Amino acid sequence: MIDINYILPEIFISISLMFFLIIGVFKKNSSLLVYNFSIISLILLLALLINLSSTTNASLFGSSYIIDNLANFMKIILVASGIFVLLVSSKYLKLTNIFKIEYPVLILSSMLGMMVMISSNDLIVFYMGLELQSLALYVLASFNRENLLSSESGLKYFVLSALSSGILLYGCSLIYGFSGSTNYNLIAQNILHTDYGFTFGIVFILVGLAFKISAVPFHMWAPDVYQGSPTSVTIFFAILPKIAALTVFIRFLYVPFINMIEHWQMIIVFLSIASMIFGAIAAIGQNNLKRLVAYSSIGHMGYALAGISVGTNEGIQSSIIYIFIYLVMNLAFFSCLFMLRRGDKYFEKIEDLSGISKNHPILALSLLLTLFSLAGIPPLAGFFAKFYIFLAVIEKQMYFLALIGLLSSVVAAFYYLRIIKIMYFDEEKDKYDTDHNLGLKVSLIISTIFILLYFIYQGPLIEVINKINLI
Amino acid sequence: MNFPILSSLILLPSIGAFFIFFVKSSNKIYQASKYLALFIALANFLISIYLWLIFDNSTSEFQFVENKIWIKNFINYKVGVDGISILFIILTTFIATLCIIAVNSSISYRLKDFLIAILLMESLMIGVFCSLDLVIFYLFFEGGLIPMFLIIGIWGGERRVYSAFKFFLYTLLGSVLMLIAIISIYWISGTTDIEKLYAIGIETKYQNLLWLAFFSSFAVKTPMWPVHTWLPDAHVEAPTAGSVLLAAILLKMAGYGFIRFSLGLFPFASQYFVPLIYVLSLVAIIYTSLVALMQQDMKKLIAYSSVAHMGFVTLGIFTMTQQGVEGSIFQMISHGLISSALFLCVGVVYERMHTRIINEYGGLVSVMPKYSILFMVFTLGAIGLPGTSGFIGEFLILLGAFKKNFLVAIIASLGVILGAAYMLWMYKRIVFGKIINENIKKIPDLKKSELLILICLAFPVLFFGFYPEPLVNTMEISIENLLEIYNSNTVFDQTKIYND
Repeated sequence: MIDINYILPEIFISISLMFFLIIGVFKKNSSLLVYNFSIISLILLLALLINLSSTTNASLFGSSYIIDNLANFMKIILVASGIFVLLVSSKYLKLTNIFKIEYPVLILSSMLGMMVMISSNDLIVFYMGLELQSLALYVLASFNRENLLSSESGLKYFVLSALSSGILLYGCSLIYGFSGSTNYNLIAQNILHTDYGFTFGIVFILVGLAFKISAVPFHMWAPDVYQGSPTSVTIFFAILPKIAALTVFIRFLYVPFINMIEHWQMIIVFLSIASMIFGAIAAIGQNNLKRLVAYSSIGHMGYALAGISVGTNEGIQSSIIYIFIYLVMNLAFFSCLFMLRRGDKYFEKIEDLSGISKNHPILALSLLLTLFSLAGIPPLAGFFAKFYIFLAVIEKQMYFLALIGLLSSVVAAFYYLRIIKIMYFDEEKDKYDTDHNLGLKVSLIISTIFILLYFIYQGPLIEVINKINLI
Repeated sequence: MNFPILSSLILLPSIGAFFIFFVKSSNKIYQASKYLALFIALANFLISIYLWLIFDNSTSEFQFVENKIWIKNFINYKVGVDGISILFIILTTFIATLCIIAVNSSISYRLKDFLIAILLMESLMIGVFCSLDLVIFYLFFEGGLIPMFLIIGIWGGERRVYSAFKFFLYTLLGSVLMLIAIISIYWISGTTDIEKLYAIGIETKYQNLLWLAFFSSFAVKTPMWPVHTWLPDAHVEAPTAGSVLLAAILLKMAGYGFIRFSLGLFPFASQYFVPLIYVLSLVAIIYTSLVALMQQDMKKLIAYSSVAHMGFVTLGIFTMTQQGVEGSIFQMISHGLISSALFLCVGVVYERMHTRIINEYGGLVSVMPKYSILFMVFTLGAIGLPGTSGFIGEFLILLGAFKKNFLVAIIASLGVILGAAYMLWMYKRIVFGKIINENIKKIPDLKKSELLILICLAFPVLFFGFYPEPLVNTMEISIENLLEIYNSNTVFDQTKIYND
């Protein structure tokens, strides 16, 4: 007998999103109502998840759907960041005339897909979740349909993502063919180390996953899509799909294929090194802040992958800490970006930050801390994210990876410093508007305080994450 | 449980900075923020003096130790002082106080932010000198980059952006290798607690690489030749108070690091790399002295002289003799006082004339007699004339060097002569001679606040020159203990290798 309680969150979110659709169809001008309702339903969802996370682990539907510490933690940070994303972007949507009821519905359905991905313990279930989230993301990327760049980015993302999904599916079929099952546990039992079919299957699936988290060399879409999409979608792109895809990365590599680590470790190390170096160097020449974030997130994914490549529980845990701190930093960064507004025009060029430290000292300070944190300068949170990664990497004596990672972090520091230089050393321009809504202010303050004071009291987070063991 | 005096030393300036951030920037309260900063810095200085008074000279143990769990089963927040670090803490609080007094005229805009940056720097630097855990040390060591970057970049001269970037990236690049080394030590020895590491020691086969990783960080920060090039740029572009902080304290973090970590943790590797250090130090002493001779810009000249003086310091540390190490610490303290005084002296005339080019000065003695006297004291201190603290440091270092290697000591002594040459020549060109530049005739002598700062600095320079006992007594036992550990380890290791 399947205990329905365990998938209550997924059921709740599907029902509420269908409900919102119905409201949208039958009631005119209901976009504000739906938007607020979706925030409330996400908060309820968060409460449900936190409540659920205290119960024991479970595997459902013939162990193709798993609720464990990893899934619970990832879902909680997914939903929490979803709430913040909706909170910060409402004013932006209104001012750019894309405040429609489809927007929150698409966000929710994409998050449902991600939650399925996070819990999946079976290739088919995982693929279903992946497609659900991608489908919603295609529409979201081109949501500002009057804008040429936005439409282009949606189309670009669709074509490339469909291709990568195809490759991924081919990998799934290879693994099914060689192991006789799509369930992770059964695959693990049926593995033959000598079979190169598995290696091919793993490679194809990793290609698909690497595309989703925009790791080099499958990163080409990221800068264009980040720049073209509405900023409220860019922040969504920068945070949520990465949480889901990284969880799948971890589960896929560590549950069925941990014994084949010698086959996939080099691949992950390569992805990681390439992403770190490329992310650091390519961002130097960028002038658009959204594009720059795209490159910087490529680099950051490199560090998260470095943690996964190690093959120990410490490695997984360090990656999870990394993604957690990364999402807080991104939230702070985008909150600052949303505050660069005059009238109904938003600014996203680096020069637009020129001298804001004079007119907007608190905004500038928050951005300063965020940027130093992204660069990994102690004692800010970003340093600890990298610190744990390298702790895990050096434990396994992978000094080369650690060295490349740290050196590219020095290169990356350069372009973060460039932004700080423009903010603090250059002449000031006109003031920006200061009438921000409460959600934006709150999320900026919370994320900045987290970044600044994380080092004082990091016990609770570490304790929660230490419970996540897959091996 | 005793009162956590070291933590309060670290925290007090940060708390002050926090309050200053929320002071509204209207003019009246603006001044108040300066007095608040001054009050905090002064209080911190008095606390550190009190710390010195109750410090027990007769033991080499770490004192006032605070040990709290920070991350469970991993890192403890551990601070404490011994005879070596306490002197640097007092230097830090002293110089930071003077910096805040010096601020009023040299920083024309954004006073509030500047005070915050200086107070944060003070917190971080005290943290560096009293942390007893490698990770905590790294946090403080690297954290200092942020405020210093802003100090150079916001309030600096024309090429401030270039200098700030160079400073930041150079030091960051050096330090990331140290981070790898620290993590490696954790996996090799199972702890990052310095006291425990002193007790267990680190396996000799790892020592050389770890030593090099730490060296890369400290060499950039010291700075040693050939990675010293960021220093003249940073000094020239930084505002006066920034230069003072940089010269007086930031450079000392590396010297302190050499003594505490390179000598203490990797005795075998330190022994192995002595020739490298000797060569680099000698090149620094001779080469940068020659470079200093040719400088047209006063600040650049003093910056290069700093490199030369730090060359003496590294030389002294790696003689591994009681005199050499004592001399190095003494030299660091005295250089901290003298170089900051010299930068302040340059700042005084720069404010009046808005140029730092030596040739545009001349004949200051007739318009600024008080200034000329004080400037003379510090010039002689930089040369190492007997009776100033500079002499004691250099003398002890050379004594140590003569014990170990005659040739090295001879070459190093040449550096003293060169030092006299460039300092005296600069002094002569600025202070004596005829007044060529008409503008000089109009400039006033020292203001009260400037006089106060320079006298505050001149007093310890002369006092410790005549009576070095208080400093030497404080550090003597700790250094003896350090060298004892060092000697027992290296002797033991060598016999082990011979037996193999």
